[in-house]
Amino acid sequence: MNQIIEVQSVSKSFGGVQANQDISLSVKEGIITGLIGPNGSGKTTLFNSIVGQHPIDNGNILFQGKEISKLRVGEIARLGLLRTFQQTRIYNKMNCVDNMEISVSHRGRRFGSMFSSRKGEILDRAEELLDFVGLYSKRFLISGDLSFGQQKLLEFAMALMNDPKVLLLDEPTAGINPTLINGLIDRLKRANEEMGVTLFVIEHNMRVVMNLASHVFCLAHGKLLAGGPPSEIQNDQKVIDAYLGAH
Amino acid sequence: MLDNLKLLFIWAPVMNVQLILDGIFIGAVFALTAYGLALVWGVMNIKNLAQGDFVIMGGYISFALFNAGFHPLLTLPLAMILMFGFGWLVYVIIIRRVIDKDMFTSLLATFGLSLLMQQVINLIFGPEVQTVDPDFKIYSAFDDFVTIPSIKILSLVLAALLALGVVLFMKKSRLGQSIRATAQDPRAARVMGINTDRVYAITFALNAAICGAAGVLVAMIWVIQPFYGIVYSIRSFAIVTASGLGNLPAVIGAGFGLGLAEQYTGIVFGAEYQVASAVVLLLLVLMWRQIKLRQKREVVR
Amino acid sequence: MTRTNEVLAYIVLAAVGILGPVFFENYIQQIAVLWIMVLMASTWDITGGQMGYNSLGNITFFGAGMYISAVVQISMGYDVAEYTAAFGAIKVDFTDTQYFTGIALGIIAGGIGAFLIAILFGIAVFGLRGPYFAIGTLGIAVAAGQFVGTIQYLGGGSGISMPVYPGGVDQRNVFFYILCFIITVISHIFLKWLYSTQFILAINAIRDDEDKAEAMGIKTGIYKVVAWSIAAFFMGLIGAVFGNMIGFIEPIEVAFPTATFGIFMVAMALLGGKGTLWGPILGAIVFHIIKETTWTLLLGWQWVALGTLIIINIVFFQQGIVGWLQEVKPEWFGLTVDSTSKKSEA
Repeated sequence: MNQIIEVQSVSKSFGGVQANQDISLSVKEGIITGLIGPNGSGKTTLFNSIVGQHPIDNGNILFQGKEISKLRVGEIARLGLLRTFQQTRIYNKMNCVDNMEISVSHRGRRFGSMFSSRKGEILDRAEELLDFVGLYSKRFLISGDLSFGQQKLLEFAMALMNDPKVLLLDEPTAGINPTLINGLIDRLKRANEEMGVTLFVIEHNMRVVMNLASHVFCLAHGKLLAGGPPSEIQNDQKVIDAYLGAH
Repeated sequence: MLDNLKLLFIWAPVMNVQLILDGIFIGAVFALTAYGLALVWGVMNIKNLAQGDFVIMGGYISFALFNAGFHPLLTLPLAMILMFGFGWLVYVIIIRRVIDKDMFTSLLATFGLSLLMQQVINLIFGPEVQTVDPDFKIYSAFDDFVTIPSIKILSLVLAALLALGVVLFMKKSRLGQSIRATAQDPRAARVMGINTDRVYAITFALNAAICGAAGVLVAMIWVIQPFYGIVYSIRSFAIVTASGLGNLPAVIGAGFGLGLAEQYTGIVFGAEYQVASAVVLLLLVLMWRQIKLRQKREVVR
Repeated sequence: MTRTNEVLAYIVLAAVGILGPVFFENYIQQIAVLWIMVLMASTWDITGGQMGYNSLGNITFFGAGMYISAVVQISMGYDVAEYTAAFGAIKVDFTDTQYFTGIALGIIAGGIGAFLIAILFGIAVFGLRGPYFAIGTLGIAVAAGQFVGTIQYLGGGSGISMPVYPGGVDQRNVFFYILCFIITVISHIFLKWLYSTQFILAINAIRDDEDKAEAMGIKTGIYKVVAWSIAAFFMGLIGAVFGNMIGFIEPIEVAFPTATFGIFMVAMALLGGKGTLWGPILGAIVFHIIKETTWTLLLGWQWVALGTLIIINIVFFQQGIVGWLQEVKPEWFGLTVDSTSKKSEA
């Protein structure tokens, strides 16, 4: 299996706060990788660094062997590396179908396609994916009127619509009704298996991570603490200490 | 243009002294207006496009009082008091209703106010260019090459005193502290028992008073006309954009810089470019900031 | 809007457009200006309403189109510098063909020129957000007026008198009326098409959350510049027509009137309801009717009244007429509202 994302000794500080310190890790293509760590351990900062939200202080980030740490958010997204936000972000004055349609991949698009018609396969795909996340019946509602959980599902569907190679999910289960979490886990797995999307997931809920990921990294205080299969991480004394120490 | 440059640097270098002095005199007024804008922008997030019209209105108050027989220097405090009241009124009628709406609402509402003020001033005083001539002593130097009307020096001193007063008020007084607290976090300030509505009203009225004072100085050292306001607004925005909010030394520096830049473009390219140069500087500042932020993968917002 | 309402609206507008000047011959210029206002408000709304970028400087393109067409038309028979230096002392003596080819080329050049200028400025200002964008564009418009006023080649502050229409006054009025009407109709058809493509989704996405759109790989920069350039193209066309219709152009009051047309178009779009196809049209009609009917009654206070109207509009009636109707009567617009949705699962 290839390493699709390689983070090589990346550091990032905000003023005096070292959010990420010399972090090196890699994400294998085709599987689900988890990222855990106590609050403030630098998980979201790492995500932001990978997708180009801010410049990194030093280190390299490779995507499919290509250096991306100098590229801008849009360029990285068009390469097929996408993320969802912890605070869900959708286009809240548009309806769900429109949200989906505009999320179609802009990789290698020509200028003229800006004005292409709204009918056809894009619409079919949008409805199919809305059905996949269970929002088909809500498709003509203004997305800002949906509940938080539904918005989260919509954002996930929008990301899939973009046909990414890798999808970075920032706490996909936060704020979702516990009874629906299993359904969501199932959908994440199906997206990974059926659509071939590599997933890199920040998750607080240990049960979810252990259930979902086949490889897990743990951050604490801005540093990489451990990495390995879930069973190993679960019993790693350093990880346990970090979690207990933080609470 | 080349002749003008020669004039400045070869034939009569003394003229530079005149230009620099004039730049500083007028720059002080720009800095004062810009500081007022930074105040309302920073504290209540209102981008006041009527800023320049407040200046012009202050100037016309001074003009009217002067014609009614008041001593020109006495018109300064009077104009400030009147403008403070006017600012309060504007806050109660308009600003209070747009303060928590989106940015464009406040911008457009104040733009509408700007049009309204221009037209009312025009109706009352007519479109002619006016000035308050206090008839003070004029000093000259370098064989009369450089003339310094004492009113300009006086206005510089007054502007400095005013700025100092405002800074002390913000730093030391209880009210100034609550203004600064509200600027940082209005909700927390409200929880702590600060009447934010009143703080906003005072801030806006204070800004109007500062603009009024600037207007009095403009009327005395330069000219006023009902439709000159917009340029003062653009100047203030240029200065605030260049120096950032709540950075008084930078505001003063940028104010002097703009004053000098306008004087020099006026001489080098011709007086008709003096106004356009303020706008061009604003655009240059904005573009420069875009490029700087782009390197940090950010945008100007 | 639902289909029947829309058809009804088109019938009414077509009737006003075609029969209006026939029955109210004396008001032909006012009706022509009405169409200009409709075009201004609708094209402002592309960036202002649909994309969330509130420009205060679209009037720049109006003046640009006007001056470009003037230069093109005059250069059909004269040296432009000589002509403007004479301050109208040279009487234009064009043959009919010269005049009409001149005006046709001038209008097209005005549109294309404005389009190109918008691309240039767009690259400069679209890295700005929010207040900086609005003030930057306002700055461009103010500077444009000042700047053109200093160029002697373009007649400086004293302006240019345009070539005189070869024909009677009535014929002239009809000619320019038809031009205004047709260009506005074309702009409307174009917008209607534009708003049916994926373009509208992208610019709406920029309005709702530009950072998200960027993060989804949309090339927001290109969309923004293209949207503005489209508005600029139509503003350039109509500016060229307006310059000829007035017959005399000068930088501050006619070509770059920031404080009149420049703000009117924003006020009209807001009055009607921004971000809709019909809002700006309705707003322009209501605004123009109010303005024309009360103008003469107010005796010098008309500008004050107008400023007040704009403030009241912005402060108290932000969503506009169409926005308000959409809230009250959503079924008129074919909007689906599911009231149970907010409480349901997840």
